[in-house]
Amino acid sequence: MLSRVAENIYWLARYLERAENTARLLAANAALHLDLPRGITPAWEPLVAMAGARELFERQHPDYSEKEVVRFMIGCEKNPSSILSSLRAARENARTIRDYLPREAWELINKHHLDAGEQLNEGLSQRGRHDYLKRIIHNSQTLNGMLAGTMNHDQGYHFLLLGRNIERADMTSRIIDVRTDGLLPLDSELRPFETIQWVSLLKSLSAYQMYRRSMQARVRRGDVLIFLFQSQDFPRSIRHNLCNIERSLKTLPNHEPAVRILYQIKTQILSTQVEKMKCAPLHDFIDQVQIALDQVHGEISSAWFLPAE
Amino acid sequence: MKHIDWKTYDTGKVWDELVDPQGRPRPHGEQLAKLLAGMDADDLASRQAAADLALKEMGITFTVYSDETQDAIDRTWPFDIVPRIIAKAEWDRIEEGLKQRVMALNRFINDLYHDQDVIRAGIIPKEILASSSNFRPQCIGMSPRFGIWAHICGSDLVRDRDGTVYVLEDNLRVPSGVSYMLENRLVTKRVFPELFEDYAPLPVDDYPSQLYDTLAALSPRDIEYPEMVVLTPGIYNSAYFEHSYLAQQMGCELVEGRDLYVDSDDCVYMRTVGGPARVDVIYRRVDDLFLDPEAFHSDSMLGVPGLLRAWKAGKVALANAPGAGVADDKVVYSYVPDIIEFYLGEKPILPNVPTWRCMEPEALADTLANLENRVVKPANESGGYGMLVGSASTKAEREEFARRLKADPRNYIAQPVLGLSTVPTIVEKQMEPRHVDLRPFILSAEQQQVTMGGLTRVALRKGSLVVNSSQGGGSKDTWIVPVDKE
Repeated sequence: MLSRVAENIYWLARYLERAENTARLLAANAALHLDLPRGITPAWEPLVAMAGARELFERQHPDYSEKEVVRFMIGCEKNPSSILSSLRAARENARTIRDYLPREAWELINKHHLDAGEQLNEGLSQRGRHDYLKRIIHNSQTLNGMLAGTMNHDQGYHFLLLGRNIERADMTSRIIDVRTDGLLPLDSELRPFETIQWVSLLKSLSAYQMYRRSMQARVRRGDVLIFLFQSQDFPRSIRHNLCNIERSLKTLPNHEPAVRILYQIKTQILSTQVEKMKCAPLHDFIDQVQIALDQVHGEISSAWFLPAE
Repeated sequence: MKHIDWKTYDTGKVWDELVDPQGRPRPHGEQLAKLLAGMDADDLASRQAAADLALKEMGITFTVYSDETQDAIDRTWPFDIVPRIIAKAEWDRIEEGLKQRVMALNRFINDLYHDQDVIRAGIIPKEILASSSNFRPQCIGMSPRFGIWAHICGSDLVRDRDGTVYVLEDNLRVPSGVSYMLENRLVTKRVFPELFEDYAPLPVDDYPSQLYDTLAALSPRDIEYPEMVVLTPGIYNSAYFEHSYLAQQMGCELVEGRDLYVDSDDCVYMRTVGGPARVDVIYRRVDDLFLDPEAFHSDSMLGVPGLLRAWKAGKVALANAPGAGVADDKVVYSYVPDIIEFYLGEKPILPNVPTWRCMEPEALADTLANLENRVVKPANESGGYGMLVGSASTKAEREEFARRLKADPRNYIAQPVLGLSTVPTIVEKQMEPRHVDLRPFILSAEQQQVTMGGLTRVALRKGSLVVNSSQGGGSKDTWIVPVDKE
């Protein structure tokens, strides 16, 4: 397959996954908001931090109010990782490889993007937001299913999986990062709500039920971290994604350099006792994961994509 | 709600394709007229809305450029649900005429790049060639397979007041629109399923396989599955939708210039994940001058360095061949009836629109004196750019054109303002006549094939004669229907 097409399909998957994960995170944060006692609100700032858009945000907004952050994360055109920007980028990549995609998949991506724009006001309203975000997630999931069910599972499909799984691993690591770092003020009166915090983290990744089933434990920091880093079975755990990335890489020619980096980080994740890590070392560890993912991306680019002009 | 009464539908002074001046449906349009008359305004509007939504969701778009934002906008293809119907018997004659015309044009192009008999015989003045902006000296002596240069031609047809069908122009460079012809049919089937029970319009959807066969016949390598690609300038091109559509329908790669390179063996390769892959046939949708920076515009980012060299070495086929656009010249157009007689020894089946060549002093004087009643066109533009429709022009515009004509008469032709025929079109829930033209597509390689009908373009603005989508035009499905003898 053409290098350019491989690159576009890879980015298409990344942007779609990014939109979906942002929607999950916003939905979980909003739900948490309703669970906490009056006067205590979850910080919205970390969501902006997660997207790496703090500076951009602060240039335009006086404070991190719920309303401003939600608008910024859902509909802001200047924020390249907002849901709308991600979907636009996904559509643009899809448009470039329209000949390659199954027609129904193109039509859904197109509609997905159109709907997200047309229903934006609903998404920004407090009452409509839940349904709006749910639709974003559903559409992405439908599309994943449609692609799985209608595309040849050839090289192109593996580039799709590579994009999706790298983005997913990266997003999971970012979500853990912001969620384990001072979600609630350290205040003894809030102890009863600590569990809620960890439940919320799981819910941002749609991981709550699966955690219950597989860990058969109370929701506690250490167990949650083990689950999200090391679960073999949960499709959004970092380990699970790394294994998927490895599988896709191995279907492609000249995959050795990328696989080498992947092995290192996988070994590290399995041999680290994440449950015992305090905030700062955990943050550093997550940094290492993200750097490794970025290196894998770099190897993918240089092995298979068009050389930069 | 009010229903349509064809008696009150005002066809004006031009030919309407569906009803005659007394408001009676033409024989081939009876069922359609009846069906439409049975619907009220809301019915019509809701069917139109369904079609618009389908086109939008299917992402059937064309790209326009906005002066304000400098951005290209991907716009939904404007479509009117009322089909335009042509009787098969009439179409058969048109089809013959188109084949004859394109065959002669291909002979003509081939001659221009070889012995130029047509000039030596005095059929075409030498100056025309000397000043042709689409003649490519680089192509002299080339002999593409079957002697065919324009493998895909889109000729524009119009019908005048008295019902005569004329050829308005030929597009032999990179004619576009065929994908919309195919998609229009798809949408019409969704919107008017009941009509397809009364009529059996001849199918159009075998075009992609005919195109595939036409292109495959050009492969320099004698292999069962030649590697074919569609070369596009990229997503910012106005016809990008079509490029990707055709690639998809033919199951071949859609490539941009940067995906290809020419190696020292003069073969063309594409860059794939698994390494280089040789390309046999390129359906190029990039203009000549941007094809190859080594041979033409050196600053082109769209092309492939060395492509012309590969083509001349016979290692790759290009469709349409570089240089084929020489016959796009509207001054050349004016000679096509003579060209047909010269090469084929036949009378032209389809007439040209009467045309004044401004390079001839008398014609120039006549044109300047009658600008209000003329359409003046530059010889080598496309997309409806740079032309004057005298009847709809201001004094200042006419003065500007008079100046241009005098400065460069070779570059202009003039034609009478035709009363293009109309087809009923939905305008604010009402049926109103709107002017149309028709672009059939003619494929030529070993054999010739013509699409069943073509792309009907419609001027959506009242009274407007300009149908180009880049100028606010829309389109309609075109039906060729067998009609029983009465």
